[in-house]
Amino acid sequence: MESNGLYEFLYGIALWLMQVLAWPCNNLLGWNDFAAWLISPGVVEFLTIFLASIVVFVVGFLVSITFIWQERKTLGRLMDRRGTQVGFLGLFQNFADGLKTFIKEHIIPDEVDKQLFNLAPVLLIAMSCLMICLIPMGPNFYLVDLPAGLLLIFAIFSLAPFAILMAGWASNNKYTVMGGMRAAAQLIAYEVPILLSVAAVVVLAGSFNLFEIVAAQQSSTWYIIPLFIGALVFLLSAIAEVERIPFDLPEAEAELVEGWMTEYGGFRWGLIMLSEYVRGFAACGLIVILFLGGWSGPDFLWPEIWFLIKMFLVFGMFIWIRGALMRVTTKQILGIGWLRLVPLALINLGVAIALKMGGWF
Amino acid sequence: MAEMWLNMGPQHPMTHGLWNLRVKVDGETITEAEPVIGYLHRGWEKLTENRKFAQIIPMADRLCYGASMSWSHLYCLTMENLLEVEVPERAKYIRTIVLEAQRIGSHLMWLAALGTDLGSYTVFLYPVRERELFLDLMQNLCGARMTYNYPRIGGVRNDVPANFERDFTRVLNHFEKRLPDYEALCDQSTVFRMRMEDIGYLSAEQAKNLGVTGPNLRGSGVDYDVRRDDPYEVYDQVDWKVCVEKTCDAYARYRVKMDEMRESCNIIRQCIKKMPKGAIRVKAPRTAPRGKTAWAHVEDPRGEGFMYVIGNGDDQPYRLKVRSPIFVTVSAAPAMLVGYKVADVPAIMGSVDMCLGETDR
Repeated sequence: MESNGLYEFLYGIALWLMQVLAWPCNNLLGWNDFAAWLISPGVVEFLTIFLASIVVFVVGFLVSITFIWQERKTLGRLMDRRGTQVGFLGLFQNFADGLKTFIKEHIIPDEVDKQLFNLAPVLLIAMSCLMICLIPMGPNFYLVDLPAGLLLIFAIFSLAPFAILMAGWASNNKYTVMGGMRAAAQLIAYEVPILLSVAAVVVLAGSFNLFEIVAAQQSSTWYIIPLFIGALVFLLSAIAEVERIPFDLPEAEAELVEGWMTEYGGFRWGLIMLSEYVRGFAACGLIVILFLGGWSGPDFLWPEIWFLIKMFLVFGMFIWIRGALMRVTTKQILGIGWLRLVPLALINLGVAIALKMGGWF
Repeated sequence: MAEMWLNMGPQHPMTHGLWNLRVKVDGETITEAEPVIGYLHRGWEKLTENRKFAQIIPMADRLCYGASMSWSHLYCLTMENLLEVEVPERAKYIRTIVLEAQRIGSHLMWLAALGTDLGSYTVFLYPVRERELFLDLMQNLCGARMTYNYPRIGGVRNDVPANFERDFTRVLNHFEKRLPDYEALCDQSTVFRMRMEDIGYLSAEQAKNLGVTGPNLRGSGVDYDVRRDDPYEVYDQVDWKVCVEKTCDAYARYRVKMDEMRESCNIIRQCIKKMPKGAIRVKAPRTAPRGKTAWAHVEDPRGEGFMYVIGNGDDQPYRLKVRSPIFVTVSAAPAMLVGYKVADVPAIMGSVDMCLGETDR
């Protein structure tokens, strides 16, 4: 972990905490060696990373549940109704839902493969949360800065359908199996165009590192301007990636009841639903970083605030699409993916290469 | 994946009501389909044999929760044929108006259900919002919103309320402004067209052989409408056209119902303009001769409704037979479903407009 604003700040807090602990050990109990160990750099750094991961997780979590609130209210207005009314502006609805799913009975059907049935949602939720810590929200607010962070994020993203297939198979139910198979079919449809559209960004920026991509955009222009087609392809593929209408085939409730999560209930189901919004957080964060200049913006607001504003705008786009469209079928998503999005992404890649070779970027 | 039987129902989001569609799927392709009905059977026809004629009117309302007016009207029409009662002209006009308002309300309910089948809650909420206005009109007229108990043997229960014409005209003006909104959401949406076009093919020949009637028959290109071909009430005195589509798919059935709503507005407007003054009800005999039979058929929002009654010499029917349109149409489900995907089932069966109350009786 390199030093940045968040790290410096939390390091100060961790050091102070350790000093508070060390003082009685040193002066009252006389454990001088123990006190010295407590304030040693290794221990303080460990505590700092621990605190930082909690802070980043809580922020990502809060943004995700704000997405749910934003979706409820915006979708309500699009449909000519008010949306949720629980608490001030409906802000307490998520907490009420969370409490409700938490106190529900935890049912494991007799016929399921218990180990896989329990493992699948854990994997899914863990992978979703792992993505939070890979998305930097500002020059001073991030957990890790990996040289190939972009590749790692997509690797984790495309693992989720395996957990879904696992859950669908383990549930031992015809609907869940079909949902899981659809998730696998959908993966084939959107994974290629999404990677091709990202390749164009990598060509322009010349790096897989998210910070360098943002820096490259700050020095030239936001990539949505030269790579508009790519941004569009990425937006559509990202909707398929996080399984929202019109591409929510694995959980198509009209024909497959609840798709692959038919057999899940209670808090487990609640966490699976939440993890979808966490993945939405990651997808919106990626669109902002890759195409909308990341956290760059005028100086009168913090960069992190700019990042959040752009993220909510992108998620508003997701909601708008959900309010306007119906669900497509498996055959159609394969057609859209291979016959429309892949050629568009290739054109986009060609544009990027031409711009790079021409020396404009 | 090997072939397997999939039970869609009796408790499944696709079934509007309580029925079971058993489909044999090979992967996602349907190779066999078998509708199973009878979950809502109440012994309606037998029950009527122990009721007086007037007591059957509210029971006829319960035949279909979506279009109760057309069923109590059909019963009254049959009884008028049996008892040889001539209905006053004004009552005929009022009946035509409420029947068409009922048709619009029923079609709006169908459109809303189709919206959820295709995964769009916007298309669910917009028609339900407009249906509310028609329910309000009915409430002004007879005090009820769902089961009206309004037609009587020999007329209607009460005359129209004050401001009847003004209210109807306002609602129709508003509704005709809203109809293009639905078409913008559905017809102009590529996703909707992809979902509805070229699925659920039912040729004119098949439709006629299977006994399909109503909008579903007209969607298969057969120009047949009881209102025109065997006019009852005042359908022969107003100027309107029968809506027919040639393409025989789910989209054609959708288009027929949308056009019918426009035609219904047209009929209501003309009837309001032409409605004469005078009596609304004549006295009908209490008893029917033993062994005398009568029948009547009407164009229900879902197809051709038919009733056949035998008098018993007293004030109860010896036998009352109902032919409900959806009971016959549901037997055409295998013809429409085989060869398509599981994802097409909600779209195909949604375009048929299922109503289980009349099917199981």
